[in-house]
Amino acid sequence: MDNQFSTEQKGSEVIVVTSGKGGVGKTTTTANVGTGLAKLGKKVCLIDTDIGLRNLDVVMGLENRIVYNLVDVVEGNCRVKQALIRDKRHPGLYLMPSAQTRDKTAVTPGQMVKVIEHLKEQFDYIILDCPAGIEQGFQNAIAGADRALVVTTPEVSAIRDADRIIGLLEANGFKQMDLIINRLRMDMVRRGDMMSAQDVVDILAIPLIGIVPDDENVVVATNQGEPLVGNDTPAGQAYANVVQRVTGKDVPYLNFDKGISFWMRVSGIFHKA
Amino acid sequence: MRYFFRKKSSREVARDRLKILLISDRVNCSPEMMELIKADIAKVISKYMKIDADNIEIQINTKGARSGRDKPSLYANIPIVDVSSQDMTLNR
Repeated sequence: MDNQFSTEQKGSEVIVVTSGKGGVGKTTTTANVGTGLAKLGKKVCLIDTDIGLRNLDVVMGLENRIVYNLVDVVEGNCRVKQALIRDKRHPGLYLMPSAQTRDKTAVTPGQMVKVIEHLKEQFDYIILDCPAGIEQGFQNAIAGADRALVVTTPEVSAIRDADRIIGLLEANGFKQMDLIINRLRMDMVRRGDMMSAQDVVDILAIPLIGIVPDDENVVVATNQGEPLVGNDTPAGQAYANVVQRVTGKDVPYLNFDKGISFWMRVSGIFHKA
Repeated sequence: MRYFFRKKSSREVARDRLKILLISDRVNCSPEMMELIKADIAKVISKYMKIDADNIEIQINTKGARSGRDKPSLYANIPIVDVSSQDMTLNR
């Protein structure tokens, strides 16, 4: 696995969180990775690029503080700074919400690049929450990014879409794409009713950066509008590790991951044709 | 891959389905077209030796193609029933 962490670039890093399929956990991942990076003392800006279907604001618990949004910025109704919502719980964490009453054509990839260029001056990390699909919303989200986190679940539909997304990212010149496998259920993997992390990595053939177990605490956290990264929950710990790996640290996989690798190895022996 | 009297787990079914599906997705080549290629290969090879046409396996291997290191390649696994077929001499 050739994992080339971009340590060479000292400036800010622009990461797009994408998946192709909807509902696999892009927004949850964006919220947790962003919050986790802020907890490490980084200056982080989250951008919701899903115009018309904004969600990152509610997952972050910042929905009541929106005044201006991304479309207002590109249309010149406000300055970039005015559209940024500061998360009072985490110093250095900001959200640029999307517009709820417009559609994807309200922003162009060129305009996104401009906004991001502006934000790069003030932030260590800019994380873009990409909409589902491969249309203009996707093109907007990837336009200014130099690295991608591809989120998938261990299901055939999600993996198929992730493969398509990886192909499109490659065609758009992305060099660094890392895989997050979300909602893995070890009990099902052991029973032979769910693909293992290794199965998914083998199929998609990009470096793995995180395995997040299926954890009901994610729903609780979303209910409360407070990302669970770093909390004493399986998903909270898993996301904390993803954050470390995003910054380039080599963190071992958690206990439930060890279980996986054990089973991966066992099954690997059996499946060698 | 084949176990004795054991039904494939849904995990294996999923993995095998995806492998085939993604090959056709990636090269933009439908399963039907793969069947046609398979049938044509069988036709050509049968001219020279006796083969088990029902058990030919073909696949396009994209390993490495993603990173641009290699070109995708077509693999065909053709079981030969009888190499010393007299047909070979007839086809001169």
